[in-house]
Amino acid sequence: MRFKLLVASAAAAMVMGTAPALADLVFPSLSYRTGPYAPNGIPFADGYADYFTLINERDGGIEGQKITLVECETGYNTEKGVECYESTKGQGALLYQPLSTGITYQLIPKATADGIPVHSMGYGRTSAANGKVFPWVFNYPGTYWDAASIIVKHISDQEGGDLNGKKIALVYHNSAYGKEPIRTLEELAKKHGYELSLYPVDHPGQEQKATWLQIRKERPDYVTMWGWGVMNQVAIQEAANIRFPMDHFIGVWWSASENDVLPAGDGANGYKAIAFHGVGADFPLFDDLKKHVIDAGKAAGDGSHLGEVLYNRGVYAAMLAVEAARTAMKLHNTTDITPAMMRDGMEALVLDNARMAEIGLPDFGPEINVTCSNHGGPGLGAISQWDANSKTWSLVTDFMGADREVVDALIMEDSEAYAAENNIEPVACGS
Amino acid sequence: MNVEFLFFLETVLNGLMAGVMYALVALGFALIFKASGIFNFAQGVMALFAALTLVGLQTGQVPFAHLINAIFGTEVHHFGWELPAIVAIAGTLVVMVAFAYLFEGLVLKHLVNQEPIILFMATIGLAYFLEGFGDLMWGADIKPMDVGIPSGGSFWWEDVTREWAPEGSDYFGMYVDKLDVVAAIVAVVLVSGLVAFSQYTKFGRALRAVADDHQAALSVGISLRTIWVVVWSIAGFVALVAGIMWGAKSGVQFSLSLIALKALPVLILGGFTSIPGAIVGGLIIGVGEKLAELYIGPLVGGAIENWFAYVVALVFLLFRPQGLFGERIIERI
Repeated sequence: MRFKLLVASAAAAMVMGTAPALADLVFPSLSYRTGPYAPNGIPFADGYADYFTLINERDGGIEGQKITLVECETGYNTEKGVECYESTKGQGALLYQPLSTGITYQLIPKATADGIPVHSMGYGRTSAANGKVFPWVFNYPGTYWDAASIIVKHISDQEGGDLNGKKIALVYHNSAYGKEPIRTLEELAKKHGYELSLYPVDHPGQEQKATWLQIRKERPDYVTMWGWGVMNQVAIQEAANIRFPMDHFIGVWWSASENDVLPAGDGANGYKAIAFHGVGADFPLFDDLKKHVIDAGKAAGDGSHLGEVLYNRGVYAAMLAVEAARTAMKLHNTTDITPAMMRDGMEALVLDNARMAEIGLPDFGPEINVTCSNHGGPGLGAISQWDANSKTWSLVTDFMGADREVVDALIMEDSEAYAAENNIEPVACGS
Repeated sequence: MNVEFLFFLETVLNGLMAGVMYALVALGFALIFKASGIFNFAQGVMALFAALTLVGLQTGQVPFAHLINAIFGTEVHHFGWELPAIVAIAGTLVVMVAFAYLFEGLVLKHLVNQEPIILFMATIGLAYFLEGFGDLMWGADIKPMDVGIPSGGSFWWEDVTREWAPEGSDYFGMYVDKLDVVAAIVAVVLVSGLVAFSQYTKFGRALRAVADDHQAALSVGISLRTIWVVVWSIAGFVALVAGIMWGAKSGVQFSLSLIALKALPVLILGGFTSIPGAIVGGLIIGVGEKLAELYIGPLVGGAIENWFAYVVALVFLLFRPQGLFGERIIERI
């Protein structure tokens, strides 16, 4: 009997030891540190975790409330991602950052039913930007359709404003993610008169010879890419092999990390990609991360990814979560916020340049003003370019806006169709 | 020659080259299956592990650095030296032989005379173990592979083939990747060597005897354990060659293990027990999928080459279940 009691007490102590304290702010991290996509998942997860650690260590938490990060390994697998959601939501999860378009699609109805906000930052279902139909889903500061439109705008700028008769090719991951920009590019093709050709690449994209032989034959003026994982590295290598001009090859922000260009060596020089946040580590916040987190031995990884594109993105995602939680606390006049309050905070998030400078990220990203009807944010993006000599990315344009006339119409059309299919009554927003 | 026909030839040529790359992976499967009747599920992961080890040795990476740092609070990552490619390749070979020795001693010797499905399950376990072990040993980041193999399109071949097009046509020559040409040469040398080893050496004959009948081979004094170590070592060497070629294309990363999926239709088509079959099967699959992608793909939305390879293999399976070069099994009741 005594033995059973001891075992039960030990088990209870273990459970208590691993579960977050009741008053903590719980942010699950659906990460992938294993499997084929781990090289991209690790820096993002490290950045996401390190920023929360910084807030705990330097500031004592958000307005005095400590943050608990609950990490769950998805392996970039949709089923595992849903399992992670189910196993962590009961721990008081305030917000999910699924880090996968496939997982996001699965979580949209689940999280909506459970009343937990989802932030699919720059990925997921683009039309979730319509907050009236998707009140629990946010994808600020930009969507895939914004990205497609901004890439076309950049190409247009390069061509003196005239795209008539030009050929643009899209090389895309043959999945829900990769197919996202097609509608937008088709609509923009009608508007600007360019010819769009589509080249799907099946997972994982290790062999793309047929695709690039076609591109070599058709000779498009520009190639844009929606790739992920090994598909990016192979595509950039193949483009370099066929001597496609790299400054005419523009990837989406998920085809824009150091991992994607380094294997191609000098061949990747000049490759471009759209970015929704700054590059490099030359921001005051990174000094704090180094001092309070990495040098203090409290980093999630070994600290070697600091300043890399995907690490920065993880930091940015965590920073947006912290600012939204802070907004929620002010709105509801309590530091003990619920997921519903967190949602309110996200919907009322205002992040101007002055606040970004205070955080230590001046000019790191565009100003953000989320509203009830617009969960997609400002939809701005800048073009970054890879320098193979210095092995660095740099922003070569200012942040630019998407073609709102085209993108907003598509968002409205798609979200309304979703609402009709799922019998969703759009919420009434003030404006 | 008509430009469209030249493009067709270019597609065929590149399909053949891609097929050689698939065959390099399929060879490892065929070798082990031929010698022991084991379908080695871990062959793709062995290619990954060999490539990780090669780059790790070459760049002077400290094995298990993350683990060491986590336990001892140190910050070791690299030894500070770099090895020439040839030395790193030799070092990797030693590691692969040691791996074969350990796998035989720890797993295979306990499974002698077990059903093939049991041995197959053991290789599934090996695949997952080796993937995790490789991650722990060398880390999960993408590592550029540089062993001095040339890559990129051949200017010389472009110049030669440009002359074949009608005058005045806007044709800029046929594309062929130098890396693929090197892979083709390596594959020819490798297959010739393996066939010679199998046919003309004492070990090769012993290997074939074991493949025919374990117990009969044992009864004439052939050491099953030695044969298995030799076969798994050779498969490790083939995995290293495949890992180098594929790693040079896309960097060494964990998706490299998925190249095994490309080898399956090749094996179905060529036969699981034939070394030349792996090459011929690879060539047919390579050309078939590239032509399908280019000429049928646009009609059905594209991205068909992955599954089209399996369709080709299944069609062959209907008419020749043992594959093109596989042994026909006739059992009399």
